[in-house]
Amino acid sequence: MNNSALIHITDLVKTFPMGKREFTALKDINLSFSAGEFSGIVGPSGSGKTTLLNIIGTLDVPTKGDARVIGRSVSDLNSKDAADLRNKHLGFIFQTYNLLQVYTVFENVELPLLLLKIPSEKRREMVLQSLEWVGLTDKIKSRPAQLSGGECQRVSIARAMVKSPQIVLADEPTANLDAKNSHTILQTMENLNRELNTTFIFATHDEKVIQYLRRKISLEDGQVVRDETIKG
Amino acid sequence: MSLALKLAYRNLMGAKLRTWLNVFVLSLSFVVIIWQKGILNGWDQQARRDTINWEIGGGQYWQGDYDPYDPFALEGSHARLSVATERAIAEGKLTPILISQATMYPEGRIQNILLKGIDPNQKIIELPSWELISENGDIPAMIGKRNAKNNHLKMGDYVTIRWRDANGTFDAVEVKIVHIFKSNVATLDMGVLWIPLQKHQKMMQMDGEATILVTDQKIGFGGSIVGWEFKDHYLLLTEIREMIEMKSVGGYVFFVILMSLAMLAIFDTQVLSIFRRQKEIGTHIALGMTQKQVIVLFTVEGAAHSVLAAILAGIYGFPLLAYQASVGWAMPGSTDDFGMTIAETIFPAYSIGLVLGTTLIVLITTTIVSYLPTRRISKMKPTDAIRGKIQ
Ligand SMILES: Nc1ncnc2c1ncn2[C@@H]1O[C@H](COP(=O)(O)OP(=O)(O)O)[C@@H](O)[C@H]1O
Ligand SMILES: [Mg+2]
Repeated sequence: MNNSALIHITDLVKTFPMGKREFTALKDINLSFSAGEFSGIVGPSGSGKTTLLNIIGTLDVPTKGDARVIGRSVSDLNSKDAADLRNKHLGFIFQTYNLLQVYTVFENVELPLLLLKIPSEKRREMVLQSLEWVGLTDKIKSRPAQLSGGECQRVSIARAMVKSPQIVLADEPTANLDAKNSHTILQTMENLNRELNTTFIFATHDEKVIQYLRRKISLEDGQVVRDETIKG
Repeated sequence: MSLALKLAYRNLMGAKLRTWLNVFVLSLSFVVIIWQKGILNGWDQQARRDTINWEIGGGQYWQGDYDPYDPFALEGSHARLSVATERAIAEGKLTPILISQATMYPEGRIQNILLKGIDPNQKIIELPSWELISENGDIPAMIGKRNAKNNHLKMGDYVTIRWRDANGTFDAVEVKIVHIFKSNVATLDMGVLWIPLQKHQKMMQMDGEATILVTDQKIGFGGSIVGWEFKDHYLLLTEIREMIEMKSVGGYVFFVILMSLAMLAIFDTQVLSIFRRQKEIGTHIALGMTQKQVIVLFTVEGAAHSVLAAILAGIYGFPLLAYQASVGWAMPGSTDDFGMTIAETIFPAYSIGLVLGTTLIVLITTTIVSYLPTRRISKMKPTDAIRGKIQ
């Protein structure tokens, strides 16, 4: 057992009710993630990647077993504490970007900081810094509808990174992007991972993503079948 | 809460058309209710003022048997005035009016009327009784313009009246219309013929008697008179109060309809947006909001419609209502015939309480309507919401 682990999953089982029966989406998962990892949960569609990421992200709870995230067991968190944990320590990147359409780029990136009650001067500084990381300082006033898919995903990376969280969870971040844009955002995330020591956990079956990973956890039918560290 | 306000503002400003449509309907209900309540208030105030100044003064004493709704009781409802009462009359504290039934024959038609005798020198009510001061032998009479119009009577006309005196003897005489007055108080006018009190007393064989005593608004009288009952403003203005209350109900119905429309639109917007914005709700939760916070955000967003509506209503409603208050609202001429106390032009009276009360009602209703659909949010699974999965 690795006590310095940021995320610690033991004997985790997740089932979903399916009519009268139960469907097991995750089976006996044991995993740890440390600070600064650039890792991916890899597997075909339906293998349970999103389910696992959701539990790590405190959006869902295990049916059995335990998942500890930054020292807290997700099963024990009440909704307020879970929200607090997400707010302070977790960043999310989604396949469909999930930007707020009525907000500008600036406002989208600013939102997590508003929730953290950071004063406006400081907020502005942090938002601009984050947009600089993803190379979008010239699009501050644009709205998502005016941006390309690649730009939208960069905004969403900026939004996840703006509070410098310890962990970023990225669920199929390249699924809607072409090769060129995929590489751009992966390089951006790789740089941020090296510079800020942020832990990145991807859920993906995209080869383009996989080639960047330094750790590849293969999932099949809800079970970890391989856990490989790739030397850089 | 301030965060919710900030985000709600951003969301509303982003939603534009739908927001403004709802806000506009809501602002209409604001303006309409305030306008129509203002008109009724104005009417109420004018009607009370006119009735007090023209008819009831500081209140009236009624002879014990007098009942304005029972014409048959009139015959017995008069009494001789005591010495003390006479003194009060001389001091200008009271003025007596004698009321009896009579028949008038304008242009050969028969018309039942109330004959009212008033002291031509009284200063207690605004009824221009001084017009009845006359030197020659004619009996001078005065009628209101509604009465004049109905019976085709003009100044200078003679009209025959027939009555039964205290002894039950019928008698008739021609009176001369010396004045036609104009008053908003219909009860002074419709079916009433005013003549000098002393002439009236003589005609009726009721020297020194009266049916009612009107007190002066300023000096007042205050004492009690044996055999007479004091009727205060509350009682004497009952009819006006009831009429305004009745009219108010009609206004409320209209307000409720408009409000329901606005509320339906907002409810619909809320339900729809909670459905459409599932992904947004999920995203907010992923970014660190609790479901409760999202509920507050959506509720505030819905309730903010009423704040915007109040502002919009202020922008176009204020000048509109202020203009109306300054020029008044002209009543159609025919309202004269309804027998209501109503001025030709009503000046609406708006009060701070009216505006604040309306705002509060609209705000509270909107908040409730905005809140109800948001309970769906608490039933949502964040993991499904993020994917925008339809539930
Ligand atoms: N809320 C849910 N209810 C029922 N079944 C679910 C639910 N979420 C996921 N599943 C099932 O669990 C399995 C794993 O899903 P998921 O974690 O989304 O896989 P992946 O992300 O690897 O494609 C799938 O078969 C899916 O149908
Ligand atoms: Mg998935």
